[in-house]
Amino acid sequence: MNAIEFDHVGKLYQLGSVGTGTLSHDLNRWWQTRIRRREDPYLRVGETNDRASKGGSGFVWALKDISFDVEEGEVVGIIGKNGAGKSTLLKLLSQVTAPTTGEIRAWGRIASLLEVGTGFHQEMTGRENIYMNGAIMGMTRAEIRAKFDDIVDFAGVARYIDTPVKRYSSGMTVRLGFAVAAFLEPEILVVDEVLAVGDAEFQKKAVGKMQDVSRGEGRTVLFVSHNMAAVRSLCQRGVVLDRGGVVFDGGVAEAIDHYMLQNKEQKEKIINHIHWAKPHLQIDRIVVNGTEDDHSILHAGQTILPVRVEGQSSIDFKTDLIVLLKSPMDVPLASLNEGVYKGSPLAFKSGHFSISKDIVLPKYLCRGNYVVDIVLQQPGSEYQLGARHAAFLHAEGNADAFARPMSLNDSGLMGLETLYPDA
Amino acid sequence: METLKPANRQPLVIRPRKGLLEVDLKALWRYRDLWYMYVRRDIVTYYKQTVLGPLWFLVQPVLTTVMYMFVFGGLAGISTDGAPQPLFYLSGIMLWNYFSDSFNASSNVFATNASVFGKVYFPRLVVPLAGLTSNLVKMGIQLVLFVLVYAGYRIAGQGLHVNATLLLFPLYILLLAGHALSWGLIISSVTSKYRDLRYLVGFGLQLFMYATPVIYPLSVASDKFRTVLELNPLTPVFEAFKYGCLGCGSLSWGGLLYSAVFMAVALFVAVIVFNRVERTFMDTV
Repeated sequence: MNAIEFDHVGKLYQLGSVGTGTLSHDLNRWWQTRIRRREDPYLRVGETNDRASKGGSGFVWALKDISFDVEEGEVVGIIGKNGAGKSTLLKLLSQVTAPTTGEIRAWGRIASLLEVGTGFHQEMTGRENIYMNGAIMGMTRAEIRAKFDDIVDFAGVARYIDTPVKRYSSGMTVRLGFAVAAFLEPEILVVDEVLAVGDAEFQKKAVGKMQDVSRGEGRTVLFVSHNMAAVRSLCQRGVVLDRGGVVFDGGVAEAIDHYMLQNKEQKEKIINHIHWAKPHLQIDRIVVNGTEDDHSILHAGQTILPVRVEGQSSIDFKTDLIVLLKSPMDVPLASLNEGVYKGSPLAFKSGHFSISKDIVLPKYLCRGNYVVDIVLQQPGSEYQLGARHAAFLHAEGNADAFARPMSLNDSGLMGLETLYPDA
Repeated sequence: METLKPANRQPLVIRPRKGLLEVDLKALWRYRDLWYMYVRRDIVTYYKQTVLGPLWFLVQPVLTTVMYMFVFGGLAGISTDGAPQPLFYLSGIMLWNYFSDSFNASSNVFATNASVFGKVYFPRLVVPLAGLTSNLVKMGIQLVLFVLVYAGYRIAGQGLHVNATLLLFPLYILLLAGHALSWGLIISSVTSKYRDLRYLVGFGLQLFMYATPVIYPLSVASDKFRTVLELNPLTPVFEAFKYGCLGCGSLSWGGLLYSAVFMAVALFVAVIVFNRVERTFMDTV
């Protein structure tokens, strides 16, 4: 049974500022559509939302012709780059603003965690704000009264409950807001990156609550996040948005792959990145992370990065495979260079050769992009092959580290551990 | 917590535009607790961290009355039609404050609540309706003061002519509330996109007070001005109230009918305009 149906939904936004000229646009639109019964002169512009390129009109489709259904009890991750239309979609669903075209049908009470603590009044006490905030979210006073103790408990602010919220620390305010929202118990829950609030202890609680809601309590959840590890662990299905349209809809793993590889249409073979090689070498194939393409994904929980180089040589030679892991800014982060470390190069006869190495990845690899350089070298003697920026790896981040502070956008980071983790 | 029964699977349909006059009264009723919370918040936050508390609701009308007695009654020598000055001014101020506060509350609905409206959906009408109610409570407190002063004059043997039309008092309040709500909603809808009006409204309201018989009785106006003043739909309300409790002023059934029809038309327009703006104001505010 469907819980939500998006039916050719579109949303048009006006760019620039509202001011002089708006009135004339409005009058013109009214004249054209109502009096002369023509098409809306501004709606006709069929431009998609590409914020990088400058369009010809002052209007833009933040969402265009979105159609998909969500089953009852399904947990759907909405993923896409900034500006893909995710937040607009949630805003339409939570009725903050109305769609320009199409229709959304939803069965059951919708609550959104777009922003927690909505309607908090600084002068009112925590107790008063819980009632106020709950009422704004659509709860009755009786419902709030029944859950009041749970909410206070969850937020951990029992001592301050009769103190005005202006005396709260920012963390306490956010926790109180989240707690009210968490006990809302709607049939449809809309979540937009709220997990990034509070300290580590509270985050754990928040994630736990999210999982209870989505798994145990069988609610329909739409979850928007840039954290692919979070999406993967919470959702069964993924919808990828790009420039206001649905570009992929399917299993969460495939959706994440699709998202990660978006805009990488100009994918190339890794061997095309070889910039220099000894004349006796002819490279047939370089495989990194299971693919000959230069873009691939390091999945959450993946521990091994396989690298293989195959080719022909006209002479006997000794060599070693060097793999450099770098940041997108070209800063070297780590290297595989066993020939030098251990003094043990590989020896090959002339003819076909194949070098395979399974690299053990750092245990904690945070979300972000990594660049791989591949080099063949006879240790201490000569370079035989260089392929700078041979492959690009997109790490999803590790599933345990839910915390966003560790995921510095697209920079990537390797997590260190101490010798005595509990000390 | 109501659970979904297959029988009542009525979907919530989110469409580009609602019907012109579609006011979801059921939804408004469902959100009555929110209405209560808004009323409470308005009143409670007004006197938080003050010593006098709700008494502050009385300070403004008392001081204004004293000032009016001095300026209009004393210096300008405007007649109060035989009624005691404090009662005359207090009654005018009380009604006018209710109108102007309610008008301000509903004309600023979008501007002051943009942050909340931008995040959560609830029937937006809850907020202006709560504004009307909390102002009603404030006026109730002022009414107590008025009754006390009134009783004082009675005991002192002042001959005040009370008559049965005072029973129409709730109707007068309803008329004031209706006017304040509908004018306010129209203004708030228009200013959410074009802010020009917002500046006009501020001092326009002040000027409008002088076009309403608040500090003077209608009887002092010359015939020419009288016709203009009678076009003001608030005039019959102020006059009728003073007629009912002070014996001055005039009760005009035609005027009250005019005021009621005016209000109905304004409310009709307000609902249409508000409905249109409510759905997309977040994009234009």
